[in-house]
Amino acid sequence: MSVILEARNIVRDYHVPGSFLKKAKTVHAVKGVSFSVEKGKTLAIVGESGCGKSTLGRILTLIDPATSGDLLIEGKKIDIAKGDLTPEMRRKVQIVFQNPYGSLNPRQKIGDILTEPLVINTKTPADERRDRAMTLLKKVGLEEKHYNRYPHMFSGGQRQRIAIARALMLNPKLLVLDEPVSALDLSVQAQVLNLLADLQDEFQLTYVFISHDLSVVRYIADEVMVMYFGEAVEYGSRDEVFADPKHSYTKTLFAATPRADVESIRARLAKKKAA
Amino acid sequence: MSLRRLFRSPEAVAGFVILGLLGAMALTAPLLFPGDPLAIAGQPLLRPFQDWALPLGTDRLGRDVLAGLFHGARTSLAVGLAAAAASILVGSVVGTVAGFAGGLVDEVLMRITDAFQTVPGFLLSLALVSVVGPSLSVVVAAIALSAWTGPARIARAEVLSIRERDYVASARVIGMHPIEIAFREVLPNALPPVLALSSVIVAAAILTEAALSFLGLGDPNRVTWGGMIAEGRAVLRSAPFLSVIPGIALVFSVLGVYLAGEGVVESTAAREGQA
Ligand SMILES: Nc1ncnc2c1ncn2[C@@H]1O[C@H](COP(=O)(O)OP(=O)(O)OP(=O)(O)O)[C@@H](O)[C@H]1O
Ligand SMILES: [Mg+2]
Repeated sequence: MSVILEARNIVRDYHVPGSFLKKAKTVHAVKGVSFSVEKGKTLAIVGESGCGKSTLGRILTLIDPATSGDLLIEGKKIDIAKGDLTPEMRRKVQIVFQNPYGSLNPRQKIGDILTEPLVINTKTPADERRDRAMTLLKKVGLEEKHYNRYPHMFSGGQRQRIAIARALMLNPKLLVLDEPVSALDLSVQAQVLNLLADLQDEFQLTYVFISHDLSVVRYIADEVMVMYFGEAVEYGSRDEVFADPKHSYTKTLFAATPRADVESIRARLAKKKAA
Repeated sequence: MSLRRLFRSPEAVAGFVILGLLGAMALTAPLLFPGDPLAIAGQPLLRPFQDWALPLGTDRLGRDVLAGLFHGARTSLAVGLAAAAASILVGSVVGTVAGFAGGLVDEVLMRITDAFQTVPGFLLSLALVSVVGPSLSVVVAAIALSAWTGPARIARAEVLSIRERDYVASARVIGMHPIEIAFREVLPNALPPVLALSSVIVAAAILTEAALSFLGLGDPNRVTWGGMIAEGRAVLRSAPFLSVIPGIALVFSVLGVYLAGEGVVESTAAREGQA
C-alpha cells in the first residue's frame, strides 16, 4: 500500500494581535499532530468544536501554512511558505467545506465554478473543460441543465454535490472533507455520504474526513484520529478506537453519543424500568 | 430588482421622473440648441416669456438662458456621473487591496484614506483646479479626489468579511493568483453596498461642480449651471431670474438623483429582506 499523505508533527499557532484594551496572544490551534493515510482509505478526524480540525484541514489542503512540521504528499515534502507549490502538487489535494452556502461564489455560474480549476491549472481546451464538467455534474447526481445556473438556485444538498464535483475536476488523489454533511438534513446526509463512498471506489480517492458525528465516522472511516485541544489523543483503526477507547476524552465522547443499535436501546429501556 | 416595488414609492417615482427629464435635456441639447450656447442670441437681459424664440430670456450678454439650461444639464450630468464612477472605481480598488492584503499595506492605505477624509473635500477640489487649471476632466478628477474615501472604507469593511468565506479558500485551493482572487472573487461580492453610495456621490459631485463654476473655476468652454448663477449675480436685483432658473434646476437635479438612489437602495433591501 502506498501512503498518499503523511503529516509529521504539524503545529499551527494563530497570533491574535492585541488592541487598546486586550493583550496580544497566541492560540495554539494544532499542537504537533502526526498521521499518515494510505491510498484509497479514509481517515476520520473527530473532535469537539474548536479543537483544531478545520485548521488542520486547511493546512492539509495547502490553504494555510503550518507553523512547523512536515507535510508529505506522495512522499514529497511540501512547504507552501517557501512558494515551491507547482500546479501538479495543487491538483493532488482538494477540499469540500462544511457550509454549502459559503463555498460557492454567488456571482459565478455553476459551469464557471466547475471549469475554473481547469482554466487555472491546465491547458485543456474549452470544449473539453465543458465536457468534463458535464460528466462530473452527472456523476454527482445533477443534470446538464444545471450548468448555466447560479448557486442560489440550488438546495444545500445540491450545492454540496456541486462543491464535490468542483473538487474532483482536477482528478485529485486526496480529498479533505471538512464536515461535508453536518449542515444537511439527515436524509440528504445519507445520500451525500453514499455519493462520497461511490466516488471513492470509482476514482480510488483517499479521504480525510473531518466530523464531530460519531455515527457518520463509524460508517465511513477506516482509521480514526480523535483531537482534543489541538492534540491527537487517539489514533488507530476504526475498530480499535471504537472498541477500546484509550483516552478519557474519547470515552466521554463515546458515552455522550446516544447509540442507535437495538442492544443499546434495550439496555436503556431496562435501565429506565429498573429506576 | 423588482421594478414594481421600486415604483410603489412616490419619492422614487418623482426621483426617476426628474432624472428622466434631466437625461432628456442632456441628450436633446445639441439637437434643440445646435449652436454654441455661449454665443449671443438676442438682445441682452430679455425677460422670460417675452419672446417665444427665447422663452427663458437672455443674460447680460444676450445669451439664450434656455439653451444654457439644456447644455448645462449635459455638463452637470456628465461631471456627476464621471466623478462618481471615478471615485467608486478608485475607492473600491483601494478598499479591496487594503482589506485583502491586510497588515502593513492595509495600515498605509487606510492612513492615506484618513488623510484625504480629514481635509474638507471642497478645499481639495479647489486646490487641484487652481493648480492644474480648469477643464472638464480636471474638475472630475478634483471631485473624485475627495469622494473616493467613502467607497474605499465601505469596500474594505465588506472585503474583510468576504475574504474569510469558503469560496475564497476554494479559489486558493485551485491555485488562483491572490490578485485574481481579490478582483474576481472578492470585489464583485463587495460591490453592492459600495454602489449604494453612488447616488449620494453623484448629487454631491453636481453640487461641487456648480460651486467650482460659481467661483469661476469651471471649464470656461462649457455652460454650467454654477457659471450661470455666478453670471446672474451681478444683476441679482434687476434680473433675479438669471440666477434663480439655474438654481432651481440644480436643486431639482440633486433632489432627483438622491430620491431615485434611495428608491433603488430601499427596494433592493426589501427584496433581500424577503429572500
Ligand atoms: N484565523 C484565526 N485566527 C485566530 N484564531 C483562530 C483562527 N482560526 C481558528 N482559530 C482558533 O483556532 C482554534 C481551532 O479552530 P478550528 O476552526 O480549527 O476548530 P474546529 O475543530 O474546526 O471547530 P468546529 O468544529 O467548530 O469547526 C479555535 O480556538 C479557533 O478560535
Ligand atoms: Mg471546523
